[in-house]
Amino acid sequence: MISQLSWKIGGQQGEGVESTDRIFSTALNRLGYYLYGYRHFSSRIKGGHTNNKIRISTKPHRAISDDLDILVAFDQESIDLNAHELRAGGVVVADAKFNPVLPEGVEARLFPVPITSIAEELGTSLMKNMVASGASWALLGLPLEVFNKAVEEEFGRKGPAIVEKNVEAVKRGSEFVLELAGGPLEEFRLEAADGKQKLFMIGNEAIGLGSVAAGCRLMSAYPITPASEIMEYLIKKLPKFGGTVVQTEDEIAAVTMAIGANYAGVRTMTASAGPGLSLMMEAIGLAGMTETPLVIVDTQRGGPSTGLPTKQEQSDLNAMVYGTHGEIPKVVIAPATIEDCFYDTVEAFNVSEQYQVPVIVMTDLQLSLGKQSCEPLDYESIKIERGKLVHDALELEPNELFKRYEFTEDGVSSRVLPGEKYGLHHVTGVEHDESGRPSENAVNRQKMMDKRLGKIKGLQIRDAIRVEAHHEELDLLLIGMGSTGGTIDEARARLEQDGVATGQVTIRQIHPFPTDLLAPYLERAKKVIVVENNATAQLASQIKMNAGYGNKIHHLLKYDGNPFLPLEVYTACKELN
Amino acid sequence: MATFKEFRNNVKPNWCPGCGDFSIQAAIQRAAANVGLEPENLAVISGIGCSGRISGYINAYGLHGIHGRALPIAQGVKLANRELTVIASGGDGDGFAIGMGHTVHAIRRNIDITYIVMDNQIYGLTKGQTSPRSAEGFKTKSTPEGSIESVLSPLEIALSAGATFVAQSFSSDLKQLTALIEAGLNHKGFSLINVFSPCVTFNKVNTYDWFKENIVNLSQFPDYDPTNRIAAMNKIMETNGLLTGLIYQNTARKPYEDLIAGFQPEGLARQDLKLTSDEFDKLLSEFK
Ligand SMILES: Cc1ncc(C[n+]2csc(CCOP(=O)(O)OP(=O)(O)O)c2C)c(N)n1
Ligand code: SF4
Ligand SMILES: [Mg+2]
Repeated sequence: MISQLSWKIGGQQGEGVESTDRIFSTALNRLGYYLYGYRHFSSRIKGGHTNNKIRISTKPHRAISDDLDILVAFDQESIDLNAHELRAGGVVVADAKFNPVLPEGVEARLFPVPITSIAEELGTSLMKNMVASGASWALLGLPLEVFNKAVEEEFGRKGPAIVEKNVEAVKRGSEFVLELAGGPLEEFRLEAADGKQKLFMIGNEAIGLGSVAAGCRLMSAYPITPASEIMEYLIKKLPKFGGTVVQTEDEIAAVTMAIGANYAGVRTMTASAGPGLSLMMEAIGLAGMTETPLVIVDTQRGGPSTGLPTKQEQSDLNAMVYGTHGEIPKVVIAPATIEDCFYDTVEAFNVSEQYQVPVIVMTDLQLSLGKQSCEPLDYESIKIERGKLVHDALELEPNELFKRYEFTEDGVSSRVLPGEKYGLHHVTGVEHDESGRPSENAVNRQKMMDKRLGKIKGLQIRDAIRVEAHHEELDLLLIGMGSTGGTIDEARARLEQDGVATGQVTIRQIHPFPTDLLAPYLERAKKVIVVENNATAQLASQIKMNAGYGNKIHHLLKYDGNPFLPLEVYTACKELN
Repeated sequence: MATFKEFRNNVKPNWCPGCGDFSIQAAIQRAAANVGLEPENLAVISGIGCSGRISGYINAYGLHGIHGRALPIAQGVKLANRELTVIASGGDGDGFAIGMGHTVHAIRRNIDITYIVMDNQIYGLTKGQTSPRSAEGFKTKSTPEGSIESVLSPLEIALSAGATFVAQSFSSDLKQLTALIEAGLNHKGFSLINVFSPCVTFNKVNTYDWFKENIVNLSQFPDYDPTNRIAAMNKIMETNGLLTGLIYQNTARKPYEDLIAGFQPEGLARQDLKLTSDEFDKLLSEFK
C-alpha cells in the first residue's frame, strides 16, 4: 500500500481534460484523500496541449510531485510531452484511437483503451472524460459506488437517462482497462484515507469566499488570467447578500470605483494580475493619500508586459511594494496556503479599515488556480473589524468640518461615511489639513506625511512569518513566499532526512517587512536560500535591504513559467550545502 | 429643508475672477436646495483641473480624486449607498480626454448620477493647452499652429452610447443651468450636462460674448421633442453642437441599480455584514 500517488490527464484544450480531472478528483475527495492540483494550460481556448496533474495522498501535501505514476493521454502529444515525468513502473492509459506509442527509453506500461470509440458507441465523444476517469479509477482499485455517486451529482440535473449513460461509460472504461491490466494495480493501491471529505477548491475561490465572509459586498473588476475566477465566484454569490460585481471598462475604473465604494462605506475589492496592477498605480496613491480603505488582489503571472499569461511567476513584488508615485502607507500580504487565501482576505479587509490604507493580497498563478484540499474553514473565528468608523459624530459648529484627518497618537483618524449628519468633510488627493481642505503649509505637510506613513509602523498580521526551525543552529534556512511554501516544505523534510539541520520561513507579510520577526532566524542560520519564481531575486532583496545578512543569502530563482518541484529545491540545497 | 446658502462653505475658490466655473458652483448649490437635498445627503465627486476643485467649494460630502476618474469613483459611491445623491464634475479634459473611456461606459451603465462637465474648450489648470473640445485651428500652447484634430462632440457620443439624459447649458444662464441640474438630479439614471464655462485666462476665442453670439437655446423651437433621439441628433448636428437646453431624455430605461438582481433600495453601506452560520455552511457545501 502506498500513501500517495500522482496522476495526470493530458489532451487538447477544450477536449475534456478539465472535466475528467474534475470528476476524478471529486470522487477522490469523497473518500477523504488530500489532493493538490496543477493546471498546465496556454492562453488558447481550443486546441493546444493542456494537462492537469493531481497529487493524491493520505496526508496533506502542498506541492506538485516530482514524478508521475499514471498518465491518461487523449493524444500522442500528451504522451510525448509528459512521459518523461513517469517513474519506472508508471502507467499510461491512452486512447487507442491514435495508436499510442511510448517514446524510447520510457519504462512504463501502456494500456491502450478505446476511449473515443466507447464514448461514441454510447452516443457522444463528449463522454471521453467518463471513460478515461473510469479507467483511472478502476486501476486504483477504488470503490465504484463512490465514483458513480460523483457522476450522479455532476449530471443529476440533466436527468436519469444522462446519468445512466455516463455511469455506463465509466463501467466500460473500467472493464476494458481491468482486462488489459489483469485487475487493479496492486502497486498503486492507496492506503485508506481518513474518510473525512475535505473542502476542495482553488485559491481564487477561497479568496472569493473569504471576501464574502469579510463582508465585502461589491467588487469592480476587469477580467484577466489568473484572477477572473474571483469575480466569477462573486457574481454568483454577492447578489444573495445584497451586493454585486461590476465588470468595468478597465482596471483604472475598477480600482477607482472600489475606492469610491469604500469611501462610501461598503467593503469593496478589485482583483487583477500584473497588467491590471500596473494600470491601478495612480489610484492606489489616491487611496493612500486620502486614507481610504481598499483591497486589491494581485494574482501574479509571468510578466513583463503580456509575458507568460498562463504561467507561474512571482515577479510583481516590487510593483506591489514600491508602485505608485510619492510615498504612501501600503500593506502587502502573501497567502501561502489555500486556507490563508480565505483568512488573509478577511484580514486584508480588516487591516484596510483599521489602518485606512490600501492592502494588496499577493497570490501567484499556482496558488490562485491549483485546485487543492482545504482544511475546514471556521466562520466563527472571523471578526469584522472596521477600525475607527464612527456612526454618531458629534454636532459641529456652523462652518466647522469634521476632522477626518485629525492628528492622533496612532496616526489613524476617525472616519465617517457620507450621509452622516455631522460628518461633513472634504477628501482630496491634494495635500490637506485635518478637515481635508487643500493645504500647502509646510509644517502641516510634514505632519501629514508622518501621520500617514507612521500608521503602519508595527503593523503585524496573523502569522506574518511562518516558521519551521527545530534546531538551535541551522545549516540551511530556506525562505519563500506564496505557493512555493509547500514545495520548500518537502525539500526541507528530505534535507532533514539527510541530516542537514534545515529551517524554513514563509514570509507572509511582504510589506511592511517583518524584519524583527525574521532576523533571529537569519542569525541562527549558516546559509540562507531564498526560493522565488522571478529573475531578479525580489524577495531576497527585501530581506537584505531590511534585515541585512547579505553575505549568507543565496538565491534560488526559477522564471521559466513553471512552479518549483521539490526535487529542484532539494538538489539546489544539496549543491550549496 | 436646506436653503442654497447651506450648500455654501467658507472656502474661497481659487478660480480666476470671471471664470465660468463660479456660476456652475452657484447653480449646483441652488439646484441641490431646490430638489430638497440636505448637505449630508449629497456627495460631489470631482476630477482634476481648475474645475475639479468644485467639490471643495460646496458644503456637502466631497471627494476630489484623480485626473479623469471622477466618474468611476462617483459610480462606486452611488452603488455603495444609493440613498445618496451623487454629482460627478470636472473639466472637458478630465471627462473627454483622459476620462473619455469612463464617460462612454458610465453613460452605457446608466447608474443614477449627475455628471456636470465644465467645458472651457481648453486645459485651464495646466495653463492653456488644447483639449478635445478645442476647435480645429484653435491656437494654444500645445498647438501653436492651431489644432489639427477634429473637435469632439460629447453630445453626439452620449446619444450614440445610449444616454438617457443629455443637456447642455451656458454658465451665464444661471436660470437655465439651475433648472437643467435640477432635472438631471431628478432623472433616474445617468445624466450628462455639458456646460460652456469660459476660461477668461487662457481661452480668448470662446469668450462669454462668443457664446452669447453663437449658441441657440432650444426654447426657440417650441416643437422640439426631447424624447426623440433622432431629432436630438439632428439638432446637435444642425447647430454644430452649440445648443443649450434639455436635448434628450429617456425615462423608460431603468437605472442600473434597479436592474441588479437582489439590489435593495436601502443603501448597501447601511446593511449588515454578518452571515448566519447556515449561510456560511451553504457557501462551503459547494466545495465538497
Ligand atoms: C494623470 C495626470 N496627467 C496629467 C495631469 C495634469 N493635468 C491636471 S488638470 C489637466 C487638464 C485640465 O483640463 P480640464 O480637465 O479641461 O480642466 P480645467 O482646468 O480646464 O477646468 C491636466 C492635464 C494630472 N493631474 N494627472
Ligand atoms: S485658468 Fe481659466 S478655467 Fe482656470 S480658473 Fe482661471 S479662468 Fe477658470
Ligand atoms: Mg477645460
